[in-house]
Amino acid sequence: MASFLTFPKGGVHPPDAKELTADLAVEEMGVAAELEIILGQHIGAPCTPTVARKDRVGEGDVIGEVAKGLGVPLHAPAAGVVKGFGMSAHPMRVSVPSLTIKTDPDAPARQYQKIDWQGFGKEELLKKVHDAGIVGVGGAGFPTHVKLNPPPDNPVDTLILNGAECEPYITADYRQMVESSREIVEGAGIILKILGIKKCLIGIEKNKPEAIRLMSEAAVAGSTDDCLIAVCPLQVKYPQGSEKQLIQTLTGRKVPAFALPSAVGAVVHNVSTTKAIYDAVVLGKPLYEKIVTISGKGIKRPANLRVRVGTRLGDIVEYLGGVTPELSKVVMGGPMMGFAVSTLDIPVTKTTSAVLFLAEDEIDNAPHSQCIRCGWCLEACPMGLEPKEIGLYVEAGRPEDTGRFGVFECFECGCCSYICPAKRPLVQFIRLAKMKAKNQ
Amino acid sequence: MWTVAASLLPLLILSVFVFGIQTLIITGVSVLSCVGVEYLSQKWLGRPVTVSDGSAVVTGMLLAFVIPPGVHYLMPILGAVMAIYIGKHLLGGIGYNIFNPALLARAFLVATFPVAMTSAWLPPLENMAIFSYLGSSIDAVSTATPLALLKEQGMTAFTAQYGTAANFYTDFFLGWRPGSIGETSGLLIVLSGLYLLYRGYITWHIPVSVIGSVALLSWAFGGETLFGGDPLLAVLSGGVLLGAFFMANDYVTCPTDKTAQLIYGIGIGALTVLIRLKGGYPEGICYAILLINPMSTVFDNWFKPRRFAPPLAPAGGGK
Repeated sequence: MASFLTFPKGGVHPPDAKELTADLAVEEMGVAAELEIILGQHIGAPCTPTVARKDRVGEGDVIGEVAKGLGVPLHAPAAGVVKGFGMSAHPMRVSVPSLTIKTDPDAPARQYQKIDWQGFGKEELLKKVHDAGIVGVGGAGFPTHVKLNPPPDNPVDTLILNGAECEPYITADYRQMVESSREIVEGAGIILKILGIKKCLIGIEKNKPEAIRLMSEAAVAGSTDDCLIAVCPLQVKYPQGSEKQLIQTLTGRKVPAFALPSAVGAVVHNVSTTKAIYDAVVLGKPLYEKIVTISGKGIKRPANLRVRVGTRLGDIVEYLGGVTPELSKVVMGGPMMGFAVSTLDIPVTKTTSAVLFLAEDEIDNAPHSQCIRCGWCLEACPMGLEPKEIGLYVEAGRPEDTGRFGVFECFECGCCSYICPAKRPLVQFIRLAKMKAKNQ
Repeated sequence: MWTVAASLLPLLILSVFVFGIQTLIITGVSVLSCVGVEYLSQKWLGRPVTVSDGSAVVTGMLLAFVIPPGVHYLMPILGAVMAIYIGKHLLGGIGYNIFNPALLARAFLVATFPVAMTSAWLPPLENMAIFSYLGSSIDAVSTATPLALLKEQGMTAFTAQYGTAANFYTDFFLGWRPGSIGETSGLLIVLSGLYLLYRGYITWHIPVSVIGSVALLSWAFGGETLFGGDPLLAVLSGGVLLGAFFMANDYVTCPTDKTAQLIYGIGIGALTVLIRLKGGYPEGICYAILLINPMSTVFDNWFKPRRFAPPLAPAGGGK
């Protein structure tokens, strides 16, 4: 145990619950009759549609662009006709603009041909990544081409691929690593070339021995004399897959508060994002599909599904045979960081990695009580913050005073809420404090 | 909380064999009144009723454990009102009490009924005749606690009553001595404490620093000469063990930082020895804990968790 790497401060050990879907190969769901594509799928300005109502679009055609500022284009996930523009439900932002495509069931799937990318320069590769609409698909949704072009005053020497997948239930990255290890390693090669560096470390938690084995084989095959790609097995501890914790684990460097990883010479990409980069550069295929883990005791048939972006949760439920009577809560994302949703009319986005249908015995609906100052949240917090104080301040109606307890350094891993013996919704208090304090 | 209550049960069972069946009655009255007062307080104050969390049960048990085994049955009822209504709910309910409720109630009872609370000590039973004190006049059998005897009459009288070191170490360790209901057996308290430690409910910091500092300071200053005191006697003879494992480290009233907890524990130990040696009372752990309880907030402000990494420039919401 001690020989495996991990981060030193904080963290929790929730049951990983991955056995429901870990051994299920990724399954093609097929195209739903209608796709609802949210225009803002990345951090930055939302896309402006480049198509009009009743326009015919082909699979992979550009349907939205960001004219100014941070952003990436949006592509049609399937061939069809633009049905119209409207608002979609969103797990975090409640209601967001979207466009709907009525798909054409007879349209043939678009074929992509492998090309040799070795001859491309940095700028050409970056343009391909941008044009394919790639964002950090692990959840953040940060435009990938920006991360691949760090500011010149912070020289980067290490690429880290994040295959930790520390969130319980989710097996999307695991399946990606097991089924596409060579593609991911080749994607890493593309990133190394763009960054002009020679070292790539792939962090995988040791509860995924099959992924470690296959990725190691691919990494050995993909390494050359002047380019090292290595798999580093990690201890199983949540939140091992958090960017700052992963960098600390693998390099010993600490990213300063409010700084980017490039400040300590590292760039982190999720393994699935790396696969998307491979698809974009080698196949020329834009990002419009997503592997999503559908799990929990509340769904008839748990699965790892490859779905088109814009597929509504309702269509997925129907495809998997419906929900079970035990269903109590639907969560988009993992159980630690995800958001409960109140409707199935929510479309999958580029950053959706799981939809959990949880039964009563998989969640804790007990009412919370007052803080007893046990301090467990202080020990569990990987960032050294004070969740208990933030919770008390929010309850007392003073969210604007929580900055000194580190509310803005919180990345909402949820360890505090998980460990709290009084079941206090600490991470929710923190989200509230962030919103209120920002609105000041 | 229910785990803590369960860990206290062996102490209660032992007390029945040491002092008789009335300890069970006193503890029962204490627990029932604490639960009842909690229920009524929360009803009156318009708060959600949380008696099922087990916290009032633990307070009730601890309250009984720190009072003499020969007190009148009304005593724990008054104590419960003090502990739960005034000490806990008027201060904001669970999590907001400044003082340990059980000890606050004990201090209140000692101050209000000094004679009843300091003369109701019983000698351990012979032959486990657990019903023998029932109905009899307490005055006829009451005795002094080892610490009181030591303080008022000195080591000679102490040895006359309890025998040589080897004798009283064993008796005190097993619990065969006068004292408060739940404080007598060092062995059981340490075992219960270790169980809570094993289950992860408590950490070693406060128990070790309290016991360690009491032992060290008693050894240094407790005897006729410097370093002539008896550290083992000091730890086994009063309520130090019970206080260290079950009261000083109460989540609500102790600091959260581990370094702060060590200093806090040493503070309790130092105050305990100071009261025992120089103060008017033979035992000091109760007042030591109560005196240092309000310092928790100060400690929490002094000892902050270390942030992952400070920001590069002093900008943004960080410190």
